[in-house]
Amino acid sequence: MPTLNYAAPSTVDEAVKLLAGASGLAKVLSGGTDLLVQMRSGRMKPDLIVDTKMIPGIIGIREEGGSFVVGAATPGAVVEAHAGMNKAWPGVVEALDLIGSTQIQGRCSLAGNLCNASPAADSVPALYAAGAIAVVVGGKGRREVPVEQIPTAPGRTSLAKDEFILEFKFPPRPPRSGDAYLRFIPRTEMDIAVVGCGISVTLNEQGVCTAARVGLGAVAPTVLLVKDAADALIGHTLDADTLGKLDAAARAACKPINDKRGTIEYRTKVAGVLARRVAAIAFDRAMGKSQGKTH
Amino acid sequence: MSKHHVSTTINGEPVEFLCETQQTMLDTLRDVLGLTGSKEGCASGDCGACTIILDGKIVCSCLMLGVEAEGKTITTIEGIAQGDHLHPVQQKFLEHAALQCGFCTPGFIVAAKALLDENPNPTETEARYWLAGNLCRCTGYDKIIRAVMDAAADMRGAAQ
Repeated sequence: MPTLNYAAPSTVDEAVKLLAGASGLAKVLSGGTDLLVQMRSGRMKPDLIVDTKMIPGIIGIREEGGSFVVGAATPGAVVEAHAGMNKAWPGVVEALDLIGSTQIQGRCSLAGNLCNASPAADSVPALYAAGAIAVVVGGKGRREVPVEQIPTAPGRTSLAKDEFILEFKFPPRPPRSGDAYLRFIPRTEMDIAVVGCGISVTLNEQGVCTAARVGLGAVAPTVLLVKDAADALIGHTLDADTLGKLDAAARAACKPINDKRGTIEYRTKVAGVLARRVAAIAFDRAMGKSQGKTH
Repeated sequence: MSKHHVSTTINGEPVEFLCETQQTMLDTLRDVLGLTGSKEGCASGDCGACTIILDGKIVCSCLMLGVEAEGKTITTIEGIAQGDHLHPVQQKFLEHAALQCGFCTPGFIVAAKALLDENPNPTETEARYWLAGNLCRCTGYDKIIRAVMDAAADMRGAAQ
């Protein structure tokens, strides 16, 4: 049996050197809730595991100049318990909260969910909608990458061999901003999204949308950032006409597969319906009408 | 590569062990340390039979490497009772007959104890969602939920 090596470096430099110097496949370990399953099934056969959790700052949440920075390996349960994140980004928190069970929440991370690059990853449409920035570290130093540029295909990312995500920067939140995430599953818990949708908006005092981002999951090989759907919202209140245009733009962006979870037609239809519902929640939150959980 | 030497705390006791990289925490508990209370159901994080408490949060020990236990504090099902004195969740599982084959029970008890530590007064819905990652193929869950809700009431009463 080939030897599986393990290292838990305590600095970024050390981790980068280990990844760069690995002779075979090196995998970064955060919560392991995908990696260990893939290793067990034989789908992933790494030669080296680099556990990044000893690196200072990679677990934890801090405020910097009015915005939040979330460590890449911070467990879901820690983010969900953070009052500031719940207030500023309830959509991101509720999306992350949908990943797996309470046990999975004890370990799963935003970076793991993003870099596993599943099209159905729950936290990812909400991260796209939030406009989060991934702080990527590697041999060439540090670079800031919009999250939507990380996944490139199912299971593939734009990160180089010696790179990993250190933390996520969330942009400052203007007044009257709100976000939300919904996924459709045929039950109420513990399932993989048939469609997921995250929307973040900022409104003016009249309730007219001045900025919007829309993320759609499970309807294409990667999670999608749907500019046309955001454009349908910007400059408008959430009236019937705007909702119709949002619905149409969301459907137009879909390139789903047929599988046991849903047909192409079904997923496309649900994407439009979810976009309407998520927009309504995000607008309500932006106007301070609701901070409550959607699920 | 030689085995990893790991120093950790399990059920309040300092523990040292040797493990291979690919051994999960569950493998380590069962095969290295002889703590066979935690069960392997699915080995993919779906069934919760291997639930342990890691630094205050429940996790599936099948989705954690043994080597990751270094410096951590772990509670397993073997550490839930205080000597011969059962934890209220364990006592209520007996009283409500909340088990049949018993394979899922250690995971349910560890997860339920962690719920009541964090939220002494859960609604039934909260308890059901908290335990959604624990699968039971015998009971239909109803008796389990009744036992957990009764244990919660008992513990609140005792705390007053």
